[in-house]
Amino acid sequence: MSAERRPLSPHLQIYKPQLTSVLSISHRVTGVGLAAGTLLLTWWLLAAASGPEAFATAQGFLGSWFGYLILFGFSYALMYHLCNGVRHLFWDAGRGFELPTVYKSGWAVVIGSAALTVIAWAIALASA
Amino acid sequence: MADKTFRSMRTPLARVRGLGSAKEGVHHWWAQRLTALALVPLTLWFVVSVAGLAGMDHAAAVAWIGSPAVSVLLVLLVTATFWHAQLGVQVVIEDYVHSEAVKLVALIAVKFAAVLLAIASIFAVLRLAFGG
Ligand code: HEM
Repeated sequence: MSAERRPLSPHLQIYKPQLTSVLSISHRVTGVGLAAGTLLLTWWLLAAASGPEAFATAQGFLGSWFGYLILFGFSYALMYHLCNGVRHLFWDAGRGFELPTVYKSGWAVVIGSAALTVIAWAIALASA
Repeated sequence: MADKTFRSMRTPLARVRGLGSAKEGVHHWWAQRLTALALVPLTLWFVVSVAGLAGMDHAAAVAWIGSPAVSVLLVLLVTATFWHAQLGVQVVIEDYVHSEAVKLVALIAVKFAAVLLAIASIFAVLRLAFGG
């Protein structure tokens, strides 16, 4: 096809958001967010290896309201990316491409990631 | 590939220079999927474990991180996570950054950061595992 006649991609400003497109861009957004959030994991592990004082500082930050906010966002993003990632892996194996299935698995991701996040926080709040 | 006419005066070599070898893309794709597959059980295990230990003090953290099974799983988790994250962020940069110079600098920075953070995390785990 000549370069001039190629179809244009959807114009995001006038394109109606759909479950499929929103989940797709969310996978990318959560992936980049999680990559930034790995700083927390490294900090937490280094703090534990450094000694009680450094670890208390890290735990104090994570246990503050701001720390909770970040941890909540991180855990929800992680559970979302995990569920949708499994959906991606099925697609990579060539399965689940029929349109009704794409919507069903999409809703399963929405519900599954919310449920996993609630379960994780129920465990955390019961143990804290 | 129906249209094979050359639109530019550049030689075939000049057109592909800097794009890497033909099979690199497949390796990248596989590594991204394999690390994703490994991360499913590792991530679920990690989230449930740290949730169950929420608010732990230093002694509890040291005992948990340093126990043999946990430290091995943590090293696996850290390796898979930073590998997967680096591959993923690379694709995002390649999609959105169009200046070749900025792209190269960004890709190098992300690779260096991923290796640095991964090694620092693994060092911390091993230090506790070997009772540093
Ligand atoms: C927990 C299990 C995980 C699974 C199953 C998973 C799965 C996937 C899959 C299948 C892709 C490719 C998507 C595509 O084809 O476009 C992907 C992309 C990505 N993942 Fe993950 N992932 C997981 C965890 C993580 C973590 C922990 C991070 C960050 C630390 C991360 C960061 C990324 C990034 C940055 C991308 C690129 C996004 C894009 O190209 O749009 N992932 N993930």
